[in-house]
Amino acid sequence: MLNRLLVVFVALLCAAFTFPVNSLAQTSSSPAQDWPDTNPTRTTTQNGERAVPVRDISGLWSGLWGARLGNQAKGVQLHPNDGTPANQPPYTPLGLQLFKTHKPLEGYDEVPPAENNDPRVRCEPLGFPRMNHYNLGVRIYQDEFNVAMLYQYDYRWRIIWTDGRSLPEVLDGGVEVNGGDYREQRWYGYSVAEWVDDYTLEVQTVGAMPDDRVWLDNAGRPISDHVKVTETLKRLDYDTLEWSETIEDPKLYTRPWQTMKLQLALQDPRVDVLTRYCSPREVEIYNEMFGDSASAP
Amino acid sequence: MRNRLAMVFAVVLGLSVSAPLFAHHGGTTLYTDRTVRLEGSVKIWYWANPHVLLTITVTGDDGQAVDWVFELQAPNTIHPLGFRKNLLEPGDEVTVDLQPTKNGNPNGRLTRLVLADGTELDPQSFRSGGSGDEAQ
Repeated sequence: MLNRLLVVFVALLCAAFTFPVNSLAQTSSSPAQDWPDTNPTRTTTQNGERAVPVRDISGLWSGLWGARLGNQAKGVQLHPNDGTPANQPPYTPLGLQLFKTHKPLEGYDEVPPAENNDPRVRCEPLGFPRMNHYNLGVRIYQDEFNVAMLYQYDYRWRIIWTDGRSLPEVLDGGVEVNGGDYREQRWYGYSVAEWVDDYTLEVQTVGAMPDDRVWLDNAGRPISDHVKVTETLKRLDYDTLEWSETIEDPKLYTRPWQTMKLQLALQDPRVDVLTRYCSPREVEIYNEMFGDSASAP
Repeated sequence: MRNRLAMVFAVVLGLSVSAPLFAHHGGTTLYTDRTVRLEGSVKIWYWANPHVLLTITVTGDDGQAVDWVFELQAPNTIHPLGFRKNLLEPGDEVTVDLQPTKNGNPNGRLTRLVLADGTELDPQSFRSGGSGDEAQ
């Protein structure tokens, strides 16, 4: 009898140490469900007094809702295209010329759906950094080598290297790595990062696609393949991630400018994210049923 | 039910609608400062991207049946608000509020849906705590 009790005791002890305490903590604020949804009313206070993990930004982060709105509909969050001079980006002549060729569906210069030339509407990849400006919500995984960002829109993903490798050098049409190895431009560029402190990761990205393939935002601001994007991901508390972004693009903008500084909320890690995607067939049906009629003169 | 046979009434809320302009098809195609209320029967409930679409058949005082088509947000946006792919079936009676298009075609953005059992759904309540629009 004593032995049986001892076995039970040891088993309970083992279970106590092996149960994923952190996962439980993240889910404790929501009722148990088999398929929980993103919580649109989540606030920073729900886990705000928990200890902040060191050098850890993993988790499911949502900026889609309420005060944390991450969709940036009229253009980048800090400078939406609302017609005010203060929100006009510091265009170079080429930058302004390119902007005027774009026919966006959003913002002050929006056009009717039938007239737009937004690559997104043709289901082209959003590319980087526009992915940060479109319904921003990500699931982040990390290990000792990299941080992986799984964006909710279109189930796209991106790797940020944290293993000490250097930022590639930008060349015309691509980048150079390893002191001479040429690599092509990519939709989500080449990203490296380092921890500025225990709670702040600074990311730099180059090697984006050229200006005829990607836009900066929904308002049709341009971006070029010479852009360098600097992101700062700072964990403010247990369940708040502040995501800042600054772009340097000397071809199109006269100086670096900050495009966003958003706070995302940590979500229940068990949420099975509902993604938004672009299906050419569904866009076609949308236009047949609604878009063409709604935008007709 | 007499209301079933007619476009019941159009309610112009005018400037009392203070929500920020909706992003897609905003000021260029929609009267975002007006709300029209219609009753009809569901013809098509199309659950897809970039927008969920609802077609209802509305019969006017003159006996003419007109198919109105409305857009909602994408499925992942309205799912947390109670909308589902199997929410509506052809023939269901519904009441809708919409922002009509400026060109006079029977189109608009759906801003409220009332089911036959009185259940009300607000496809735009995601904006209630925020300060921006929803990109499409």
